[in-house]
Amino acid sequence: MKTKVIVGMGSCGIAAGANKTYDVLEGLKTVDEQLDIELSKTSCVGMCYAEPLVEIIDETGYYLYGGIDEKKAKEILESHVKNNTPVKEYVVKSDKFETSEDSYVNGQEKIALRNCGYMDPESLEEAEERNAYKAIQKIGSEGKTDAGVIKDILDSGIRGRGGGGFPTGLKWKFANASVSDDKYIICNADEGDPGAFMDRSLLEGDPHAILEGMIIGAYAIGANQGVIYCRAEYPLAIKRLNIAIVQARERGYLGKNASGIKDFNFDIYVKEGAGAFVCGEETALIASVEGERGMPRKRPPFPAASGLWKKPTNINNVETLANIPYIILNGPESYNKYGTEKSKGTKVFALTGKIKKGGLVEVPMGMTLREIIFDLGGGIQDNGKFKAVQLGGPSGGCIPESLLDTPVDYDSVNSTGAIMGSGGMVVMDEATCMVDLAKFFLNFTQQESCGKCTFCRMGTKRMLEILTRITDGKGKEGDIELLEELSGQIKENSLCGLGQTAPNPVLTTLKYFRHEYEDHIFNKKCEAKVCKPLLTYTVVADACTGCTLCARKCPVDAISGGKKQVHFIDQDLCIQCGACDDACNFDSILVS
Amino acid sequence: MRISRVVTAPVFNNQPVEDLSKIDAVIEKYRGKKGNLIPILQSVQDIYGYLPEKAFDKISNEAGLKLADMYGVATFYAQFRLNPVGKNIVKVCHGTACHVQNARALTTALEDNLGIKDGETTEDGLFTLESVACLGCCSLAPVMMIGDDTYGNLDGKAASKIIKQVKKNS
Repeated sequence: MKTKVIVGMGSCGIAAGANKTYDVLEGLKTVDEQLDIELSKTSCVGMCYAEPLVEIIDETGYYLYGGIDEKKAKEILESHVKNNTPVKEYVVKSDKFETSEDSYVNGQEKIALRNCGYMDPESLEEAEERNAYKAIQKIGSEGKTDAGVIKDILDSGIRGRGGGGFPTGLKWKFANASVSDDKYIICNADEGDPGAFMDRSLLEGDPHAILEGMIIGAYAIGANQGVIYCRAEYPLAIKRLNIAIVQARERGYLGKNASGIKDFNFDIYVKEGAGAFVCGEETALIASVEGERGMPRKRPPFPAASGLWKKPTNINNVETLANIPYIILNGPESYNKYGTEKSKGTKVFALTGKIKKGGLVEVPMGMTLREIIFDLGGGIQDNGKFKAVQLGGPSGGCIPESLLDTPVDYDSVNSTGAIMGSGGMVVMDEATCMVDLAKFFLNFTQQESCGKCTFCRMGTKRMLEILTRITDGKGKEGDIELLEELSGQIKENSLCGLGQTAPNPVLTTLKYFRHEYEDHIFNKKCEAKVCKPLLTYTVVADACTGCTLCARKCPVDAISGGKKQVHFIDQDLCIQCGACDDACNFDSILVS
Repeated sequence: MRISRVVTAPVFNNQPVEDLSKIDAVIEKYRGKKGNLIPILQSVQDIYGYLPEKAFDKISNEAGLKLADMYGVATFYAQFRLNPVGKNIVKVCHGTACHVQNARALTTALEDNLGIKDGETTEDGLFTLESVACLGCCSLAPVMMIGDDTYGNLDGKAASKIIKQVKKNS
């Protein structure tokens, strides 16, 4: 067989330099006739920390190389392909020998991500080889009814993966029960949650699975038109979706008598979002598709009764849809054997922040946070100390070390005050200030609030002002209580999920890290050394060489001292900008 | 909030005279279609890089859309710009993962390097610096995007090097 060389070209791979790696490989292939290789591209396999990834499959087995820049690309071609000697030190995964990265892969169960990184996402043939459209064909050939499909999805126990956790089968049942000539199914690909990117990976890596999930959903509820609402920040995902849609139309999976099922007419188009976090909310998303400002409206009527253009509409998240073909093809038992009593199946998490091995992991529900962060993710970067993990983005909360053994399922996570959300897991070490983090999220929700509900519009702004005051060292007694009072009111009096959950980051940090707030307010101290107005900069006399660099960089001339003399910072003039610390080459500025 | 309630500065600033015939095809393509407002504005922005004031009037006259609706939408969504931007838009990610990995220092370094503040455009019209919510490359944080290219694992120095490279190529 010809040796296959496959380069991971998801957005993250490209950001890490996969384009250059690919160009080098292609260049070498054309100039060197001895190199008889088949070069191709795939998407993200989830090991983002080891990008750019190059996979080599030859007669002896399978080898995944990590961190392959241009130089290493030459090296592995020379050694592995030409001289049949794999460069073991770069291999992160292989079926021939154990590697240090096995722990990252072995705890995972890939259902939603089953094809990501294993095929060329722009090739329908490769997708078909990996069972694309087999589930909808099975429905057609077995003559399964809409009720039969809905029963399978109900039995599988799958709940909406976008964050709400509403049972998908039930949602379909409601939409199915609505009577109308026109019905819509919408794929919510407006992944706005900062810190989560599983939807992007799925759209880029396996677009046909999303299309098939929508086709099955359309068949189950009786929809004739599908819309994928994808955020504009994901140009590669939009490109690959459009390629996949054209391929699916040509092959008859979409269109009249779609997928060979008589009288089932269904087509899909991609609608580009325009950048508004609130459009992840169902009714705001519908308003946006209709060309209006994305503002949520009161429910009922629920979209299942009256949604897009006032027709019954069903909205599912990307990851939910990616699971659907697998469930139909392999039966609900193949899915609900994973997970806990109330949260079935697997969930994809985006492991990011101060973690050693950041990337996408898909694990059975019920695995503990500790297992995910330490066994799979390898623990904290630079051997730092774990402080908290943030789950659920701006709507979620921070979970402290004492709760690391919480199993990850919808209900257990909710009981901590955080939410499962779309699965963003941002790990933080001691260098993160929790008050600053709460301020970060409030700043986000305050900007993204659509402005419809007074409590969300004004309340988040007031909360942000208080948090800014605290991190500026101007916090006063009563601020914490005021934050709590405002939080309660915003939660109670907002129409949509954005407002109802906006105070969560503040409430959870107050619950688990209250002492940090108190430290900021009463002692004017920031333990993590993040809030600059609370820091004091002094010169360590023994380390200072008198190079005068800091004095020259200081914007307010607070530093005195001549050449080769120990410098001195005048605390009355210092504005705590940190420029001296950034400039010093001898670590002689002490920050306390 | 997505819309400032009180507009304190003129909304449209130093707009150059644009050739409006460029958007004839866009209007033709979307006229009369339901839900066409956002796609029209997106296409117009693709052409000019921003939404010219005169284009609003033209679309209103020829496609029958209300000026108020268009303005409402254009100011609601983060994507739309009402003023010209630089040739290269530098988007620095300030998502959670990038925030934790000190994206603020990255923005500061770029501000120093380009001599502009966040949201401004350089005098030579080459660069506009923007902060964005999340680019979805969280495990390579901190991240920035110039055009359609994403760069990961950055610090101030690496970012300055990339700016230099882009400058050379433009």
